[in-house]
Amino acid sequence: MADQTMTTADSEKPIFYVEDYHAPGSTMFGFWIYLMSDTLIFAVLFATYGVLGHAYAGGPTPKETLELPLVALNTAMLLLSSITYGFAMLEMERNDKTKTLLWLAVTGLFGIAFVGLELHEFSGLIAEGAGPWRSAYLSSFFTLVGTHGLHVTIGIIWLVTLMAQVMIHGLGEDNRRRLTCLSLFWHFLDVIWIGVFSVVYLLGALG
Amino acid sequence: MFSNTDFWSFIFGRLTWESIPHEPIVQVTFAVVTLGAIAVLGAITYFRLWGYLWKDWITSIDHKKIGVMYIILGLVMLVRGFSDAIMMRAQQAIAFGDNQGYLPAHHYDQIFTAHGVIMIFFAAMPLIVGVMNFVVPLQIGARDVAFPFLNNFSFWMTAAGAVLIMLSLFLGEFAKTGWLAFPPLSEGTYSPGVGVDYYIWALQIAGLGTLLSGVNLVATIIKMRAPGMSMMKIPIFTWTALCTNILIVAAFPVLTVVLAMLSLDRYVGTHFFTNDGGGNMMMYVNLIWIWGHPEVYILILPAFGVYSEVVATFSGKRLFGYVSMVYATAVITLLSYLVWLHHFFTMGSGADVNSFFGITTMIISIPTGAKIFNWLFTMYKGRIRFELPMMWTIAFMLTFVIGGMTGVMLAVPPVDFVFHNSLFLVAHFHNVIIGGVLFGMFAAINFWFPKAFGFKLDPFWGKLSFWFWVTGFYFAFMPLYVLGLMGVTRRLRHFDDPSLQIWFVIAAFGALLIAAGIACFFVQVFQSVRKREELRDETGDPWNARTLEWSTSSPPPEYNYAFTPMVHDHDAWYDMKNRGYERPLEDFRPIHMPKNSGTGPILAGLSVAFGFGMIWYMWWLAALSLAAMVVVAIVHTFNYDRDYHIPAEEVAATEERRTRLLAKQQA
Amino acid sequence: MKKTLRAGLPLLGILLGLSGCGMVVLDPAGYVAAQQRDLLVISVVLMLLIILPVMAATAYFAWKYRHDNLEADYQPDWHHSTQLEVLIWSAPLLIIIALGAITWIGTHTLDPYRELTRIEHGKVIPQDTKGLNVEVVSLNWKWLFIYPDLGIATVNELAAPVDTPIDFDLTSSDIMNSFYIPALAGQIYTMAGMKTQLHAVINKTGTYKGFSANYSGAGFSGMNFAFHGMKEDAFKEWVRKVQAKGDRLSRKAYLSLRQPSEDVPVKYYSGVDKNLFHDIVNRCVEQSKVCMNAMKPGEAGPKETELGNDRESVGANHANGNPARRNEPSANEPEGSKSRSQSAVPNTLKQEKRDEGGSPGAHATREGDNGDGAGNASGSGANTNGGGAENGGTKEPAPTD
Repeated sequence: MADQTMTTADSEKPIFYVEDYHAPGSTMFGFWIYLMSDTLIFAVLFATYGVLGHAYAGGPTPKETLELPLVALNTAMLLLSSITYGFAMLEMERNDKTKTLLWLAVTGLFGIAFVGLELHEFSGLIAEGAGPWRSAYLSSFFTLVGTHGLHVTIGIIWLVTLMAQVMIHGLGEDNRRRLTCLSLFWHFLDVIWIGVFSVVYLLGALG
Repeated sequence: MFSNTDFWSFIFGRLTWESIPHEPIVQVTFAVVTLGAIAVLGAITYFRLWGYLWKDWITSIDHKKIGVMYIILGLVMLVRGFSDAIMMRAQQAIAFGDNQGYLPAHHYDQIFTAHGVIMIFFAAMPLIVGVMNFVVPLQIGARDVAFPFLNNFSFWMTAAGAVLIMLSLFLGEFAKTGWLAFPPLSEGTYSPGVGVDYYIWALQIAGLGTLLSGVNLVATIIKMRAPGMSMMKIPIFTWTALCTNILIVAAFPVLTVVLAMLSLDRYVGTHFFTNDGGGNMMMYVNLIWIWGHPEVYILILPAFGVYSEVVATFSGKRLFGYVSMVYATAVITLLSYLVWLHHFFTMGSGADVNSFFGITTMIISIPTGAKIFNWLFTMYKGRIRFELPMMWTIAFMLTFVIGGMTGVMLAVPPVDFVFHNSLFLVAHFHNVIIGGVLFGMFAAINFWFPKAFGFKLDPFWGKLSFWFWVTGFYFAFMPLYVLGLMGVTRRLRHFDDPSLQIWFVIAAFGALLIAAGIACFFVQVFQSVRKREELRDETGDPWNARTLEWSTSSPPPEYNYAFTPMVHDHDAWYDMKNRGYERPLEDFRPIHMPKNSGTGPILAGLSVAFGFGMIWYMWWLAALSLAAMVVVAIVHTFNYDRDYHIPAEEVAATEERRTRLLAKQQA
Repeated sequence: MKKTLRAGLPLLGILLGLSGCGMVVLDPAGYVAAQQRDLLVISVVLMLLIILPVMAATAYFAWKYRHDNLEADYQPDWHHSTQLEVLIWSAPLLIIIALGAITWIGTHTLDPYRELTRIEHGKVIPQDTKGLNVEVVSLNWKWLFIYPDLGIATVNELAAPVDTPIDFDLTSSDIMNSFYIPALAGQIYTMAGMKTQLHAVINKTGTYKGFSANYSGAGFSGMNFAFHGMKEDAFKEWVRKVQAKGDRLSRKAYLSLRQPSEDVPVKYYSGVDKNLFHDIVNRCVEQSKVCMNAMKPGEAGPKETELGNDRESVGANHANGNPARRNEPSANEPEGSKSRSQSAVPNTLKQEKRDEGGSPGAHATREGDNGDGAGNASGSGANTNGGGAENGGTKEPAPTD
């Protein structure tokens, strides 16, 4: 619209205002920018882990502390939750409120399982004397993994809130936008986790 | 269940009567501030202004009002930061030989830390963000920012950080670590008190606000420009604002993380930056400067934008080299991420690393130089009106090149080895921050004040303020260059060598001149309000300016533009004036607007409580307020009724009033 | 270039004139600082080439094109000129190219880690010259200087013979400081658990100011020392004086010296415990601590060092106020013993020397850090292990800590 009106011939009077103009929605764009900045938070935490990841200070090494089977299970939980969130979005497209809610609930359960397993892992480490205060390696390990876990926790709270909102207000435009934002967030956490899993767990346990 | 002391220490954490400072200076300040606060609160109550303030300002999501509130916050904190400065100057002017001065180390060390933190985070940043908030949506023809509620929340978070810093003056202490709080000094082992915790939480809370405001303005500029405004038709101030906000989004997360790691070290006992346990303090220095260097450009770029608008307007001439100006801004944005190491050449990096970062730093001076030339050639063959904004701009051009030169000197690593941390360095960065950012903000305030309030600022007191500031700056900082050449380092509380004293006395005199400059500025505002009818501008375009914001009324209606403008040129309003723009007088439509919200100030208030609880180890308070924040945020999302329409008749009535005003002008 | 220098001469004159009133940076007494001064002057002259015309033009244009000068040309729409644009980008570019080249060369020749090849302009150091080694420790809030070859140590006083290359190894006991004698050479940070280096030479006799140039807490203002540049004989005399007067700097004496104190008077030590500096750098002066470069992952138990003491984990020593959070009941019952029992895994991490294209990326040497660990805080080179970690006396491999 704008481009057509711009090309006014010199003889014509130029158009200086538009009668009916609606700026495009910027929520999704803004949310992407937020995700970028969140990515930077993780980038710094990864860099920190890169710097301190071998500073054991005489304490335990990844090989001694990490339990790959537990983490594999945990990874499965998170990946499955991403798939189920995808199903929820498909149902949202079909405008099926009940099924959307159902899949969201499944997603939330997987998320809770993930956080639960992570807490189990953490408490085990602390009980073994490998808490974050033991060495710089463990400090950076707990902070990187814990920050991701904190994000998932926030995601779960957000998810529950959204479920309540969908229950009350249905799948209106607002709620669709919110579900899409959360979906971005949820998949984003998945991507971050793949990084955490590869760099911290796989390289740590194998290297 | 509890013994008595257990109970009280549960309630009050480590806050005791002993925490209230005993220095008479602080107590007098406390008394004055308390009396002042009581007077202000009393006046508000007496004039029954609470409802008005709450409805029209505190909960307002109007970007113009939020911009004004940011600027007020910035000015208030500028006064606080300057009080610290003048105390330092006084101490350094007298503390020679047997005279220990009037400030003990415990107090002096807090003062220079607070001065740096406050000036950067709570004076310069709010001024910059405030001007961007006010100007950008108007300049791009938008009705508000992309996320108006978030904007209000961001402002109140910044204010919450400022509140915490002010609290540290009267309860406990502030950090004694220097403004970047390098470990290991800032670790629990060496700074066990509440000072560093105040620092951490004030910056963390304010930083969150800044980050969100950055996201907001990037989205606003990318998504909400008026039709026709392609990227190369964006006014230059908005361009600089875009780059600055991109820098904010890309730099502040680093600050968030590095402060979080420092707090983990202090609260949990981790080993990120500790001497033992495998920690690495050099990582802190690197990370904080990866945020800190872009921060410098976050401050200066919008100021460059202001100068560009001002030079073009007051030279009555199109900006020279718009395209190269845009590219110069973009290049500076990119390069600002490749120079952080020049802040610590003396850490023992190798010659290759040092020369790399030294040379990238020098390269930044190329686009900056291009900008200076562009302003210069904008003046060339112009008709320069020496109004206040232009005076500030010329003072900037003459002052800033000196700072630029000393900056490049410091970028040569072997030269930095002799100047690092010296008063030469202090002189350099005040040269660029006062000569660049602060002069720019005064230019901006004088330039856009009539747009915000409908009357100009009084020129007499403005000029007085200008001359005091500029001469004061030279008196205050040129001696510091000399002292740097004499090998004097910064942050010293006491000197043995009496031959240095004369230079410190001159610098203190300069600080007094600056004090007069600040006072004159406030008199200027006061006088302008008194004489507002004389200074009134009814055209909406008092300076014969060029960009879109001058096409609407002063002050603009809450919806900014009754119809969205269509843009053909980066000097859109100049273009409209030239090609026979006629104001639309009918066919108004209802305008869709966001509603005010009290959630922002409530969340910010709770975050003050949270920060306070964390600082003083009142865990119950921290937990409670954090939980309350979560609940308030969730409740806020259940409110779907967030916007309304201004009826067409109301728009018509507002525009009709303006039509009559304009007609009266012409008659 | 010649022109530049000629244009710079008057300026140099002004600067040197000013240096009469105590501008030590412009009139230093050491060859390294003198070269740094030269670089300073050259860079100023180069930049003034562009800055003076800009300032003049600003003032001139502001005056010429003022509002009421109706005779001046007014072209409101003139806003572009390709020639001018090329000029305004290329003029600074040329200057920065020149300055960049000078920077590259100057930074490499004046790298504080580089051994001196000359003691003065044109005076090459003879092969067999024996320099002076000084180990510098910044403490809260005083300076400790250990002369390992002379077996003496001093607090807050430093002396060196003129025209002799001085080789400083520096570290800090706690807080970061910066070692700076403006008349001698540029500064360098001192950091706990790390060793930095500085090479310098003093050419004129005299007493010069030395101090910390990095704020380090309450006693920072008093962290000054006198640096004496002395003739060879006078220096020997001074060494004898120190040897005659002082006590011995034992580990115990060091630990009590380490306690925070302000405005500390000069103090001499006639003898120094063996490997003290090495142990300070490795944070194991206390008999109870394992040296950082002796720690092995997963088995931080007692390790025989040449001192033969049982040492315990460093990790348990962090005084961060939360001992209760630790698993072990007491800091003296080291976690090390537990970790050791957990781990039968041998240390597989060998020290990896980082190859940074033949040049050390960063020198601050953290003894015991693995190269790719702390070596690269987010891509910077400003870091620890530039390879070739030598420490004061021992030749232990430096595995990770």
